[in-house]
Amino acid sequence: MKRILKIYLEKPELAGIVFLIVLAIVFQSRSNGVFLNAQNLQGMLGLLPEMALVAVGVTLLMICGEFDLSVGSVFALTPMIMGVMLADGWPFMLAFPAGLVAAAAVGLVNGTLTVRFAIPSFITTLGMLFVARSLTIVISGGFPPVIPQGAMPREMFTAFIGPGGLIRMSFVWFVMIALFIGLILSRTNFGNWVRATGGFLPAAQSMGIPTTRVKIACFMICSVLAGFAGTLQVMRLGAPLPSIGEGLELQAVAAAVIGGTALTGGIGTILGGIVGAILIRVIDNGLVLSRVDANWFKMALGALTVFAVIVNAWLRAKAKGMKVETHQ
Amino acid sequence: MTDPIHSRPIIQVRNLHKWYSGVHALKGVTLDIEQSEALGLVGDNGAGKSTLINILSGTQSPDEGEITFEGRPVRFRGPRDAMDAGIETIYQYNSMVPTMSIARNMFIGREPLKHSVFGIGTMDFARMRADSVQAIADVDLHLRSPDALVGELSGGQRQGVAIARAMHFKSKVMILDEPTNHLAVKETQKVIGFVQSLKDLGITAVFISHNIHHVFECCDRIVAMARGEIVLDRRVADTSMEEILTVL
Repeated sequence: MKRILKIYLEKPELAGIVFLIVLAIVFQSRSNGVFLNAQNLQGMLGLLPEMALVAVGVTLLMICGEFDLSVGSVFALTPMIMGVMLADGWPFMLAFPAGLVAAAAVGLVNGTLTVRFAIPSFITTLGMLFVARSLTIVISGGFPPVIPQGAMPREMFTAFIGPGGLIRMSFVWFVMIALFIGLILSRTNFGNWVRATGGFLPAAQSMGIPTTRVKIACFMICSVLAGFAGTLQVMRLGAPLPSIGEGLELQAVAAAVIGGTALTGGIGTILGGIVGAILIRVIDNGLVLSRVDANWFKMALGALTVFAVIVNAWLRAKAKGMKVETHQ
Repeated sequence: MTDPIHSRPIIQVRNLHKWYSGVHALKGVTLDIEQSEALGLVGDNGAGKSTLINILSGTQSPDEGEITFEGRPVRFRGPRDAMDAGIETIYQYNSMVPTMSIARNMFIGREPLKHSVFGIGTMDFARMRADSVQAIADVDLHLRSPDALVGELSGGQRQGVAIARAMHFKSKVMILDEPTNHLAVKETQKVIGFVQSLKDLGITAVFISHNIHHVFECCDRIVAMARGEIVLDRRVADTSMEEILTVL
């Protein structure tokens, strides 16, 4: 029993799931059953993948001990590059990868600058936040490019599928990518290196792990996921606005932190980041449905973030203090 | 042990020099480390011990001089090269990641894989856990489970796991860099016990410490460094703490 409790306490994402269930019950009753009806679920599940994919990338990078504030800007830059190319008559098969390559390049620059010059990634990516946003506006000329009808294979990315059209294709992409990244982190040697690099860099280095390459890889994965998420949003909306994704970087960090990822690195799970992202979406949606003034959303998000960190720290300390007896 | 490999020193260091932006940290160090001896390396801060150790463990490269390992000249480009050759270093702030489990720590950078593509693949957890349990039992350490976080272990236990790891990977030389720092008295004794037991296993130990008492307790031979040079090299039986203190 004690053993099970300890395992539970060591997994902050489980506490998040419990909180999520409680919130769902509260919102369900406050909204007179609208919250969990098919239409609202369809709306929420359609929006979720975009932010959750960003959160997955940010969570991975934070576990590796680094930070990315530029994801919101990459979220806009990637589809803008694609959009401008499509408007110019390029085929999707070139425009779509071009956007993702640009996202990867941003990650490469973020990672290389951070590691080579040994500066905090907070600073590098804060700079990149402005640079990438500026680039987005410059290449768009300030107006969203007009993407020709049918230039984007939306049926592959954002079409409604499943019983009653409950989910979008984007949700399937999200689940597959999240599973893949989750498995990489928990099951592979690369995941072991990511955790070691973020957990205690000197130890990782002394054991011969290529920490520079591991960090740069995480920066690139994070950036590509943000770019892909932005592309999904643009396909859903139909046009790339230069302003999308503003403030998303902080929501993604909040999602990671709510899900139990430590700012100091080494601690956290992909599932935790996803749970955090779902919580944020649920609160956003639930407050509206409960007819609470929508301006309370940021208040709730802020309070939850701080509360979650305090609870997670407390749970960890509690779990650490519990000595489970051996049976040798 | 009469085969030729064992009759000559396992590590030979010849005329090693290292400069750090103008500071001459190693001034032509020459040293032979014999097979399965326990060598104590003492010296004040800045004496050059760490530089020498960093070069032997592959984290730094010398500006001048040669190293031979088992009779062959070697030049390590990174810690992994040294580890692959059979030289494993256990650091003061230990080479363990506190937020990871014992089993994961045991195999950091050397994970057994079930399938892999270009060196990246899925880890064989069953083997990692079983081997960790075995390796830890081999150093007479009793731990709760290979899934326990290293952060939950005491300092002495962590050093024990690090030593178990080095033994599991069949290290021939174990460099222990201030392994007894920040440890309680009882824990210190445990670590000294580990070092003493290496001899019976035929493993060469290089034990670095500020604490001369610890060195006298577990080493066969003492090398003292000061100002980038070796100033004393004696068998423990032929020297005294007073003599060492006067040369430092």
